[in-house]
Amino acid sequence: MDRRASFDNLWLAGALVAPQILLVVVFFYWPTLQALYWAFSTQPPFGGTNQWVGWQNFQQIFTDAVYWNSVRVSIIFATLSTALSISMALLLALMIDRQLAGHKAYRFVYFWPYAIAAPAVGLAFRFIFAPDAGFVSAINQLAPNLWNPALKGWDAMILIVIANSWKMMAYNFIFFLAALQSIPRGLIEAAAMDGSGVLRRARDIQIPLLAPTLFFLLVINITESFVDSFGIVDITTGGGPARATDLMVFKIYSDGFKGLDYSMAAAQSIVLMLLVIGLTFVQFRYVEKRVHYA
Amino acid sequence: MAEIAIRNVEKTYGKTAVLHGITLDIADGEFLVILGPSGCGKSTLLRMIAGLEAITRGEIAIAGRVVNALEPRERGCAMVFQNYALYPHMTVAENIGYALKVAGLPKAERERRVAEIARIVGLEAFLARRPSELSGGQRQRVAMGRAMIREPKVFLFDEPLSNLDAKLRVQMRLEIRRLHQRLQATSVFVTHDQIEAMSLADRIVVMNQGRIEQAGPPRLLYTEPATRFVASFLGAPAMNLLPATIVAKDRARMADGTEIALDPGRFVVEIGQAVEIGIRPEDVLIVWPGSEGAHALEVEFTEDMGSSRLIHTRLGGMGFTVLQAAAQIEAEGTLAINLPEDALHLFDAATGLRLRRTGATVGVLASAAA
Ligand SMILES: Nc1ncnc2c1ncn2[C@@H]1O[C@H](COP(=O)(O)OP(=O)(O)OP(=O)(O)O)[C@@H](O)[C@H]1O
Ligand SMILES: [Mg+2]
Repeated sequence: MDRRASFDNLWLAGALVAPQILLVVVFFYWPTLQALYWAFSTQPPFGGTNQWVGWQNFQQIFTDAVYWNSVRVSIIFATLSTALSISMALLLALMIDRQLAGHKAYRFVYFWPYAIAAPAVGLAFRFIFAPDAGFVSAINQLAPNLWNPALKGWDAMILIVIANSWKMMAYNFIFFLAALQSIPRGLIEAAAMDGSGVLRRARDIQIPLLAPTLFFLLVINITESFVDSFGIVDITTGGGPARATDLMVFKIYSDGFKGLDYSMAAAQSIVLMLLVIGLTFVQFRYVEKRVHYA
Repeated sequence: MAEIAIRNVEKTYGKTAVLHGITLDIADGEFLVILGPSGCGKSTLLRMIAGLEAITRGEIAIAGRVVNALEPRERGCAMVFQNYALYPHMTVAENIGYALKVAGLPKAERERRVAEIARIVGLEAFLARRPSELSGGQRQRVAMGRAMIREPKVFLFDEPLSNLDAKLRVQMRLEIRRLHQRLQATSVFVTHDQIEAMSLADRIVVMNQGRIEQAGPPRLLYTEPATRFVASFLGAPAMNLLPATIVAKDRARMADGTEIALDPGRFVVEIGQAVEIGIRPEDVLIVWPGSEGAHALEVEFTEDMGSSRLIHTRLGGMGFTVLQAAAQIEAEGTLAINLPEDALHLFDAATGLRLRRTGATVGVLASAAA
């Protein structure tokens, strides 16, 4: 028996899916095709129609030290912020799962950061970490210029890592909490009867059983930190100082819209897109058939 | 020595009281079964002994030491859970040996002990498997092995057999009993299966709605149930309970006028008292129609149970069952029965309490022989 819904009226069916298709085409396929077009062509210096240049744009970015810098910076950023957001989220979720005092309120509050747009997060952290007026200014009074993200590359990196992890932590937290709560209580109780304390139980029972969730979040976090970090960088560091926070996605924007080099920007976005497709593939391939116990 | 003393223990969740003042002493090496219907608080009591549930009021002492404030691991109990609660990401060997690993025993020592336990519970061939690769019975054995390896003073079982099929349940029941004989650890076993309770227990505690109805050896609970609840809960097929009013020192009358003769020497009753008369299906005597004091009953249907036959009839308007040895004549149409006076149980209809015999209790053996 055919279990799919079938429509006799094809026009109605078409009309129902049209808005969705339209959205996907206008905001996804069309820009992708445009990017492909730009990536393989270049605009003559004095105007006129684009000329087909084949792989030239790609050759150019791959031989550009500035581009490789942005790749390096992006990888550092992805690694640090994924590690930080996942470990913090895990810690918070483990504590909430223990039902310590006030856990209901915290559980509710911890999700909020994810609802905040990246530029707003960036703005908040820009103020918090402002060397002269923010919380950190107290440290600077004791040791002048110990902290200055406007001058020091690593400070700027730390700033965007913290801002991004703060936001992603909320997302990770929900997944960890859900996964923790789906671990049968009996397992924890059995471990307690076996003489295992709180920390030992987290290490021996809970975290191993979270492995599938952990892997899923790793992929999601890395992907997110590659593609969704623009807002934070733009507001806090603007890619600086000295390109120390010039993430790939930010460089696409600054090359394209500040430098007005659409072809270079398009080629870079194609590279980024392939990267994300690769990560998504990994996710589907391994997360879908992840280890199932039980 | 690991006797358990439970004194006036209460448990409340928020405003709902789940256990109302439980007092119970469990002797060292005793096999105690807590029996009761679903939701009566058996697991809660067990988990309070284990330390998995806080004690709202009262006191629990294990081996003379009050354990109210102690963590589960400090109490020296091991527990077998209903759904086994095996660690899914560990092998059988790791599951069994986990407690030793936590305790920091050297690897060689651990492996030796795990191998020994695996031999006892018959799992040598499965040590490298994950729980998901085992059958229900094998998982059950892993859970037992995991509890045993710590050589606990106290064994706690929370309905460990209820997920097994009938045949395996009988087999595991025997193994648990055998194990107890060998280890002699104080054991508390929770179940709602009265056959399991009768066959395993040194002593049964029947619970109902957060209270202890009666505690005693299985035989005593069966032959002299202290309350109507215990009478109806223990025994399959269940005891017949007939509501009636006392009309004379030796006579009770049911609503439709059926009269039942009582032995005035056995009970203290008052004229006009509302009672329930209990008789077990196997205690009912089948007699020749027309004999003295016989009740003629309409047979509704019969259930063949192999070695015996269960006859469903009605007495005084109430459902009434009679257990007949299969060898006896097939009952058809009407059945004449007699209610032997010494097999009757009498309960107060209002309180549900057994109406005591006058004078000294006739011993367990006397009733059993009847
Ligand atoms: N965490 C809880 N919060 C509130 N009520 C609870 C909680 N745990 C148990 N109860 C209540 O306590 C009562 C006793 O529960 P318990 O689990 O001890 O029953 P049980 O006798 O073991 O039943 P079963 O045979 O079904 O396992 C039940 O009425 C249950 O609803
Ligand atoms: Mg229970």
